[in-house]
Amino acid sequence: MSDKVLMKGNEAIAEAAIQAGCRYFFGYPITPQTEVAAYMAKKMPKIGGVFLQAESEVSAINMVYGAAGAGARVMTSSSSPGISLKQEGISYIAGANLPCVIINIVRGGPGLGGIQPAQSDYFQATKGGGHGDYHLVVFAPASIQEMVDLTSNAFDVADKYRTPVMIIGDGMLGQMMEPVTFQSKETASLPEKPWATTGTKGKREHNIINSLYLNPEDLEKNILERQERYNTIKANEVRYEAVGVEDADYVLVAYGMTARIAKNAMATLRKQGIKVGLIRPITLWPFPTEIFEKTAKTAKAFLSVEMSMGQMVEDVRLAVNGACPVHFYGRTGGMVPTPDEIINEVKKIGGVL
Amino acid sequence: MSDARIYIFTGHFGSGKTEVAVNFAMNLAKQGKKTAIVDLDIVNPYFRTKDAEKPLTQQGVRVIAPEYANTNVDMPTLPSDILSVFADKDLSVVFDVGGDDDGATALGPYFSYFSKEDYKMYLVINTNRPLTQTSGDIIDYMHDIEAASRLKIHALVNNTNLSYSTEAVNLTQGQAVLDEVSRQTGIQTELVSVQKSLIDKLDPALKDKAFGLDLYLQIPWL
Repeated sequence: MSDKVLMKGNEAIAEAAIQAGCRYFFGYPITPQTEVAAYMAKKMPKIGGVFLQAESEVSAINMVYGAAGAGARVMTSSSSPGISLKQEGISYIAGANLPCVIINIVRGGPGLGGIQPAQSDYFQATKGGGHGDYHLVVFAPASIQEMVDLTSNAFDVADKYRTPVMIIGDGMLGQMMEPVTFQSKETASLPEKPWATTGTKGKREHNIINSLYLNPEDLEKNILERQERYNTIKANEVRYEAVGVEDADYVLVAYGMTARIAKNAMATLRKQGIKVGLIRPITLWPFPTEIFEKTAKTAKAFLSVEMSMGQMVEDVRLAVNGACPVHFYGRTGGMVPTPDEIINEVKKIGGVL
Repeated sequence: MSDARIYIFTGHFGSGKTEVAVNFAMNLAKQGKKTAIVDLDIVNPYFRTKDAEKPLTQQGVRVIAPEYANTNVDMPTLPSDILSVFADKDLSVVFDVGGDDDGATALGPYFSYFSKEDYKMYLVINTNRPLTQTSGDIIDYMHDIEAASRLKIHALVNNTNLSYSTEAVNLTQGQAVLDEVSRQTGIQTELVSVQKSLIDKLDPALKDKAFGLDLYLQIPWL
């Protein structure tokens, strides 16, 4: 599939996962991500893979736990309420140092919320979600092509650092269609996993997949080792896009779909002579702190735009560290901010309105 | 455009059925026909006929949509006033059906009505969609949709596109695949649907079938 094809975000994630060598998918349907599962259901049986619709999200994530422990490239996907159900399993997977990819196509919450797009799971994705001292690596694509590219990358990062990786998109990204291309990828060269429970064949010690450490000294050692890997991830895997920040008076901060709306607003404001830039975090964890530190030296103010009541804005404030004011504008509950709303906010901050 | 009273648009999930069906209904209304469009999509949660309700209503097209369409209630129900379109014989009706055989199942309850009068069923195809790139795949979809709906597909719509990256050559490439489908099934391409700005650039061989589209379901700020 090297030519351009037209795909929904959800389908593109599924195809990208398959091309990255994922042969095990465990999930449970929920709007607006069901097409991930539907595509897997159609395709996996044809290529010798496993698609399994579990009886609940809780069992789906525990099947992921099992498959990851056995060394498989494995994925699950859901939308906000379903991801909440999976949190216990995600914490266990992180605790057992296992790689897997988790898709969250976010809808309005809390509770059952609604089925329209939202970004109100930022806290859950980046600040734990489940219990214990752990992080997920969190990728936030802003186009269908980027969903493809980051899905492929997510499997590599998961394997390299033995960590669960989340791809977070909103319902709009899951449902909309855009042209994409797939770079053919060598799936034969998957990394060795000497820790996996693949059978000793009488030739080695048992591998044990476990997150239970009753001796506190052992548990602390395990957590500190993981922390070391997190430090390496922070050093190597941070991704962001920065546009027009060098001369910007006002810097918009947005991820995913909202960043495309912000870019649109930025173009209009630039035409009106207002110097606006955009920082788009692509990894939400680790957060791209350095570009904020750098930009805060020259900018007058930051404006975080989100489909939430203000979640990423807290990380922006930490990164800017008081160097200049950080404002927030958000719509929530499935409402999507418009370019005009963002333009108005920038003008208010700049004292133009 | 032929002169049936009932037009049914089916196709693979994401083939562009809704955009084609909405434009088709607009054209009928512009010709002065009393027109209704029925949103029978039980598959898609976003990008639905109801998103184009305003221009449709302005053109005089009656929009019959499930009670819960676009209300955030994730419930695939069928419109309660749908039967009225079978009673009013002066009405031209466009059915926008959900994708694949799953979507076509929604036609099932109305089989007895469709079998009593002439209808015309189109299969909308975009050969840039990954699962309908070959004539073999398309013919499989055709059979699945016909089996699920118990209705017969009469004509093909070449709706090959890459959203905002579409070029005229995409439709030429798509037509080659559709022509192979026609050779194998005897079902011909009747419409080549393309955004109006590209009609002039179309391959001359496709121009007489060109069906110009205004895009009602695109997100304006993309």
